[in-house]
Amino acid sequence: MSIDKVVAHSAPPPPSGPVPWDKDFALKRLADMLRIRRLEEKCAELYGTGKIRGFLHLYIGEEAVAAGALAALRPRDNVVATYREHGHALLRGLSMNSIMAEMFGKREGCAKGRGGSMHLFDAATRLYGGNAIVGGGLPLATGLALAARMQGEDRITACFFGDGAVAEGAFHESLNLAALWKLPVLFCCENNLYGMGTAIERAEAQTDLCAKAASYAMPALSCDGMDIVATHATTQEALALAKDGPVFVEYRTYRFRAHSMFDAELYRDKAEIEEWKTRGPLHTFSARLKAGGKLTEEEFLALDAATQREVEAAVAFAEAGTWEPVEEMLADVVSS
Amino acid sequence: MTRKLTYREAMRAAMHEALTNDPRVFLMGEDVGRYGGTYAFSKGFLDEFGPARIRDTPLSELGFVGAGVGAALGGMRPIVEVMTVNFSLLALDQIVNAAALLRHMSGGQFSVPLVIRMATGAGRQLAAQHSHSLEGWYAHIPGIKVLAPATIEDARGMLAPALADPDPVVIFEHCQLFNMEGDLPDECQVDIASAQVRRAGKDVAIITYGGCLPKVLAAAETLAAAGIEAEVLDLRVLRPLDTATLIATVTRCRRALIVDENWKSGGFAAEVMARIMELAFYELDAPVVRVCAEEVPIPYAQHLEAAALPQTDKIVAAVREMLG
Repeated sequence: MSIDKVVAHSAPPPPSGPVPWDKDFALKRLADMLRIRRLEEKCAELYGTGKIRGFLHLYIGEEAVAAGALAALRPRDNVVATYREHGHALLRGLSMNSIMAEMFGKREGCAKGRGGSMHLFDAATRLYGGNAIVGGGLPLATGLALAARMQGEDRITACFFGDGAVAEGAFHESLNLAALWKLPVLFCCENNLYGMGTAIERAEAQTDLCAKAASYAMPALSCDGMDIVATHATTQEALALAKDGPVFVEYRTYRFRAHSMFDAELYRDKAEIEEWKTRGPLHTFSARLKAGGKLTEEEFLALDAATQREVEAAVAFAEAGTWEPVEEMLADVVSS
Repeated sequence: MTRKLTYREAMRAAMHEALTNDPRVFLMGEDVGRYGGTYAFSKGFLDEFGPARIRDTPLSELGFVGAGVGAALGGMRPIVEVMTVNFSLLALDQIVNAAALLRHMSGGQFSVPLVIRMATGAGRQLAAQHSHSLEGWYAHIPGIKVLAPATIEDARGMLAPALADPDPVVIFEHCQLFNMEGDLPDECQVDIASAQVRRAGKDVAIITYGGCLPKVLAAAETLAAAGIEAEVLDLRVLRPLDTATLIATVTRCRRALIVDENWKSGGFAAEVMARIMELAFYELDAPVVRVCAEEVPIPYAQHLEAAALPQTDKIVAAVREMLG
């Protein structure tokens, strides 16, 4: 093998063919992706006006991963996510209101405004964060799965992380531990080809991530992360396998926006971004639904309008929110 | 009624009780099972409680400490044994960035009822990489409780309230104490909130914790023979710190010496000094003094190691100098 090997950055062929879902399920998944997209477009706008501060990492382009994977999970499963987790939180069941209020730093937010964009939590839907340390969620997910196993619960823990996390020790320690103890973890790798600005072939000696995972004696599946039909089917397949131990799933995807709002994107070609945009999960999926007679333009516009109203309502909710009183700041922590 | 047992036996009894009484409790760490625990704290547990609850782990401190955090989030009450504080540096991310932050950062939605036990300290000629004393680092972090049991009673009694606590608790067990023998009352009720006066006195307050407590008590005996009555305060709980008891002792004695095994610069003794300055400056008759570890990697050779650590004679000398 050449040490100069280059990973193909070119996009896969656009997803095509009929969508093997009934209309109701298909339109729900379209709505899922559209809700993430419209929410985040608004977030980017509000970042520009200073309403949202701190770090903001957009998922735009990658929606088919969260939408397909989370639709396959059950309410009793656990979810551990990264700092690019608005979509996961939303589709897990957090209201757009509580997410937007959190990003505004308001106490009506899901974490009272203490966490912000990167730290969305929700006990009710078993969302264990929002983790801003790359790879930090993998040991947590392993432990959550251990707890489920020891308590005899039928519960799988889905842990999302990016390709950048694969270089962390936490990845290797967690995959080993989960496989050694045969814990029900779904290691969901959202491979968008870049860890911040470093392309995967500049970070990994072995760029075949499934080969890495398979070395820990677990099934490793890979799918087109731009195709929601594929992400859903592959996650379902992985879930069935995960009852007997961990499973690794690679979702090959692409982020259309910058890493964060501070990123000048000096590390990738415009042409590469444009090529991947033609595989955008929303319009390819919409086109397939239309071609199969499961979606009309009028239905799409109505759905989009409803989504935009939801976003506007969330902004109004966040605007009307209140600030946690400073005197309550020391609650929930072992202080001095 | 009392009975005699060692620190090791006391800690073992505490874990045995916890494992017996609460099915959510389990022990996880390197060589806690078949080996019986690096320091034989869990000898026999594997046979009694089985491999699901006495879990040998690979050498993956970050992984298994993080798994402990996750298991605590998921409803268990893990006791994670990190063989020594030295190796806990490999797990700091999960302790500092996950365990300590989650309750506050999640708006109070999640808590991490995790106990992390680790051996600490020098004195066995194990050289620099196995002789750290980093309690001050851990006590720096809001969100975790930090305990330093230095008596048989605390070794026996601190684990139960630590496991009952909703927050992560780190317990530092000084390796020089493991074979210490002492009396344990039948009724063993200890808290994880207060500092305790171990010896009453009026001339000087000697404030310490953990492995330095026996050295300080020995120094106090020597001083007593010379007519100097030292009050010995065992801090026991480094976060949250029982400032009220600290200030009461300092106010009573009007002189304060702090003894710990951290390096002096930025060590825990510095925090204790700062609190005394903030709250009892006008009660003092003399500057506050520290006896800490010398600021070197702890050497292997016996005479150098001894010279690098707080010792009874150094404590006695420091007190004599304070009293002029």
